[in-house]
This record gives sequence, structure tokens and C-alpha cells, in this order.
Amino acid sequence: MAEQSNGWRRLKKNRAALASLGFLILVVLACFIGPYFFPEEMTAGSAFTFQPPGARVDLPVKDPLDAAKTLGTKPVTFLLGSDDHGKDLFARVLAGGRVSLLVGIAAGLVNLLIGVAYGITAGFVGGRTGQVLMRIIDLLNSIPQILIIMVFIASFSGGFVSLLDGGRLWAEANGHAHLQSWFASLLPYNRILIVILSIGLIEWLTMARIIRGQVLVLREQQYIAAARAMGQSTLTIMVKHLLPNLWTIILTCLTLTIPAVVLDESFLSFLGLGIDEPAASWGSLLKAGAQVVNPVESRWWLLVFPAALMSATLLALNFLGDGLRDAFDPRSKE
Amino acid sequence: MPPLLAHIAKRLLSLLVVLFFSVTITFVLVRTAPGDPFSGEKDQKAEVRAKKLAEYKLDGPLWWQYARYLGDLAKGDLRESTKYKGETVAHILGQSLPVSFQLGTAAFFVAVVGGVTLGVFAAMHRNGLGDYAAMFTALAAISIPGFVTGPVMIFIFALTLGWLPIGGWFEPSRMILPAVCLAAPYVATIARLTRNSLLEVLGQDFIRTATAKGLSRRTVVWKHALRVAILPVVSFLGPLAAHLLTGSLIVETVFGIPGAGQYFVKSIENRDGFLLVGVTIVYCTLVVAFNFLVEIAYTFLDRRIQLHG
Repeated sequence: MAEQSNGWRRLKKNRAALASLGFLILVVLACFIGPYFFPEEMTAGSAFTFQPPGARVDLPVKDPLDAAKTLGTKPVTFLLGSDDHGKDLFARVLAGGRVSLLVGIAAGLVNLLIGVAYGITAGFVGGRTGQVLMRIIDLLNSIPQILIIMVFIASFSGGFVSLLDGGRLWAEANGHAHLQSWFASLLPYNRILIVILSIGLIEWLTMARIIRGQVLVLREQQYIAAARAMGQSTLTIMVKHLLPNLWTIILTCLTLTIPAVVLDESFLSFLGLGIDEPAASWGSLLKAGAQVVNPVESRWWLLVFPAALMSATLLALNFLGDGLRDAFDPRSKE
Repeated sequence: MPPLLAHIAKRLLSLLVVLFFSVTITFVLVRTAPGDPFSGEKDQKAEVRAKKLAEYKLDGPLWWQYARYLGDLAKGDLRESTKYKGETVAHILGQSLPVSFQLGTAAFFVAVVGGVTLGVFAAMHRNGLGDYAAMFTALAAISIPGFVTGPVMIFIFALTLGWLPIGGWFEPSRMILPAVCLAAPYVATIARLTRNSLLEVLGQDFIRTATAKGLSRRTVVWKHALRVAILPVVSFLGPLAAHLLTGSLIVETVFGIPGAGQYFVKSIENRDGFLLVGVTIVYCTLVVAFNFLVEIAYTFLDRRIQLHG
């Protein structure tokens, strides 16, 4: 435990990592809470398409009782400009960040779960079984994972919708009101869910390998031998003795996995396999931005702002991950 | 050399296993998903469609389709594309792969030369301004995806400054932007690897000896230290080749290059199963082959180091 507190002390001295952490907290808060502060007129779309950043316009206010009627106008400022549907880009970028970060965190956690379980098992059980488990990782590593993820998404996205819908109908027929509303609320997010599942279920190999390496070291420690001599079961040793000593590595891995997953998601969205309209992620915003880059009428803000926020976030995550690794990797001790 | 032969045999065997798994996964996923290659075409009668499926040997139960397909693959027949009428998958790959290879090779050299140079520069200015600037640039390049740098570079160098043409291929000047765009994140990764490994090596005794002999710092770093410090970079070259392959999907789409990556993306959109499996087979084979080459290069380099050390 002394080693871990040393690690935290080292991390506190790393200004780049701390600044990144602060920036990340800010981004997460802005993305998850920020979109609620925009008036509905700015996010619903308007006739004011492709307004440059800072443009002031008077948006018509719709009558909540009668959509055809308007109740005067409301002056607003498109701080970062507006997009092809006349929506405020600032709100879009924040909402897109929410989806991207959600995918990153959720898929990262799925990765973590599989990778840690697999890595601990492969490392601790050892012998023939451990060898076979490692061979499987080597084999899977030879297949470009992003290709399989793409095929996976393309094949399952249709079936996934009918699965959710089937679940809803089944719950309705059997009178499970809770389940029914749960399935119904998931339906609009089916693309996001399938992206999370595909990335999460496929990209855990690196994690498993790193965890296994560390378990191989820990396994030889005396307190493990002592626990075994006391007659503790393998599962107890894994959960009670190995896991607490792995968590800094797990944290580091997670911090470095999230940017990789966010990149994957944006890659998929850019190719049209990820998040769909009207939902947005950083990837789908970048795709939309890249399509309108031309010399005649530069609409640079549609590309620059999503790219800037996404890159800054990924940069901060990588900085933090590096800082964590430097702080807790025993090899980096002076 | 029996050990080498045995090693090659082992690699070939694992290649077969990898190919079997990836072909099976891809084929089964594509064929069990709702819809088939012809469901997008309008006004089709059931008989016409059934005839088409039979023509492409996609009728009957799944295991039967799969078994016949494996049989054809074993004979070296990748079959015909279901989207591009009358074109065999082998023909499409034959036309598009050389383009992807040129792009990949160019990016490979940019990544290795640029990365090692940047890494050595950073290590020689350890903890100085140059080091921080180089490493910050590197981390930024890793964090910014190719489909952002691509359009931005097109906008700056092609549309605004007009220095370079865009779109198409087959002329050196058209290859510069895509290759740099594809290589950028890996320049960064290699620079980081080189810097860290070089710093470790520079602390060792034989470097002190070389310096004590009165050799210039430049000679010590480039001739003595780098030879040892390059090893982690060499072992990264296998994964690098694989990354360049998948990275080319995006770069080819952004720059409109007629390579194999574009066909992969299109074949997913068109549910063109045979083309999809064809590209997957090529990619997996390449990844295994690159990893094998790197392994050999590594033992070779390692031996030389033992001789020298």
C-alpha cells in the first residue's frame, strides 16, 4: 500500500496530468449538464442555417399549444455558429460529447470487465489452461479488430432493433409494465447501444494482456502463497488479494482505453456505421463538418469546433493516462 | 535451418486458424443478418430473387452455403462480387490492392523516418523546450483522428495555398497528403517509443565508454545508442503495418483513393459478402505476415547486438 500512496504523491506533482484532470471534469460537466441550459428554439432547428460564429438572430417562438402559430421572436446568439438544420452548434457539440463520452465510458467498462476477468484467470490459473487462453488472445490479435467491429455493427444493427421491439411486445403481452417502458426507452438509442456492445465485446485484448502480465508478477508474492497455505479458494484469492493490488493498473488502462474507444466510435460514425441523425456524436458532427469544407463558401466552424473539443478531450485523457502510468509503474521509480 | 522451418510451419498453421475464424465469423454474420445482397433492388419477384441467390450459390441452408463457399476458397476461388456485376473479387482486389500498398508503404516510411528523427531530437533535448514541444505535438497527433487532419490538410494545402492537387492517385504529388495524413499518429507513437527507449539506453555504461573515448555526442547517439534503442520500434513495426491497413480505410475515403479499404467500406454498405470476406482474408494474411517478418528482423537485430556487445 505504501507504493500506492507514493504513486498518488507522484501524480500530484505532475502538473500536466492534474490540469488534464481538471479540464476533463469541466468537459464532462459541460457535456452532461450543459445541453439542458439551451432554449428549445436553439436546439430544435430553424431557418437560420449556416450562421457564422457569434451571429445574432431572432428566432420565432412556437406556441406550445399550436405548433403552427408563433408567439413573437426571441433574440439569441449562435456562439459557435449554426449547422445545416439551423441548430446551435455549441449545443450540438456538447450533446455530441455526451454521446461520445458515454460510449467511451460504457464500452471501456465492458472492456474492463472482460479484460480483467480474462487476464486474472489466464495469469493466475497458469499451466495448460493459461497457455491456451493466451494463444486465443494471440489469434484474435491477428484479426484487425475494427474490421470485425464494423461487420458486427452492420450485421446486427437491424436485428438489434427487432430484438428490442420484440422484448417490448413480449413485456406488454405478459404485463410487465416496467420492462415494457424500459425496452421502449432504449429503442431510440439502439445505434448507440450496438456501438457500445460491439466495441466493448471485441476490444479487450490489450487490457487482458496487461492484467495477465501483472498477475504473473503478483502470483509469486509471499502473501499469495500465505493465502493459499491458509486454504483460501482460488476465487477468493483472485477477488480479495489480487484485485485490490491491480486497481491502479486497471485505472490506468481504463483512462487509456476511453480515448481509444472514443476514436473508434468517431471512426465508425464517420463511415456512417455509428450514431445516426438526429442524435449526434463528435464523430458524426465531424463527418458533417468535413462534408461542407470547400473553398467557395468556407463553413470552417462546423469542422473546427467539434474537432477542437474532441481532440482536446482525447489529449487530456492521454495525458492523464500517461501520468497515471508514470506514477504507478514501479519501473518508472527513480 | 530446422528451427526456422519449424517456426515458419507454426506460423502458417496459425495463419490458417486465423483465416478460418475470420472467414467463418464474417460469412456467418453477413448471411444471418436480416436482408441479403439483393434486397435493396426494387420491384423484384420472388422467383427472380431466388434465381439470383442460386446463381451466387447463396441458396439452401446456411451450413450448406458456408460449406460450398469454403470449398471454393480452398480451390483459390474468391467468387464474384454480388454488387459489381460480372467482376470477380480477385479482379477487384488485384486492381485496388497495389494502390493501397503504395499508400501504406509511403506512410510506413514517413512514420518510421519522421518518428525516429523526432524521437532522437526529443531525447537529445531532454526536459528542454524542444523535448516538451516534440512530445506535446506527438500526443496531439495521436489524439486527432485522420478524418480531421485529412480535410484540414486538404483545406490548407490544396484549396487555400494551392500547393498540391487532391483526389485521385498515380502521381507522386497526389500521394503526399494522404501518406502524411495516414502516417501522422504513428510518427507520434514511434517518436515516443524512440525517445523513452533512447533515454534508457543513454544511461548505460557502454555509452559512457563511448563518450569517454572522445566521440561526438552525435556519433554516440546515432551510431551506438540508437542501434540498441531501436528495438522497441522494430517490434512496433508489425502492429504498425496492421494499423496502417485499417487507417487506410479512412484516408482512402477522405481523399477518394481507389484502394482496397474503400471497397471494404462499400462492401459493408452493399452487403457484398464475398468481397467483404475477400478483403478480410487479405488483411488478416497481411497482419500475420508482417508480424512474422518483424519477428525475424528482431532476432536478426538482436543477434547483431549480442555480437557487438
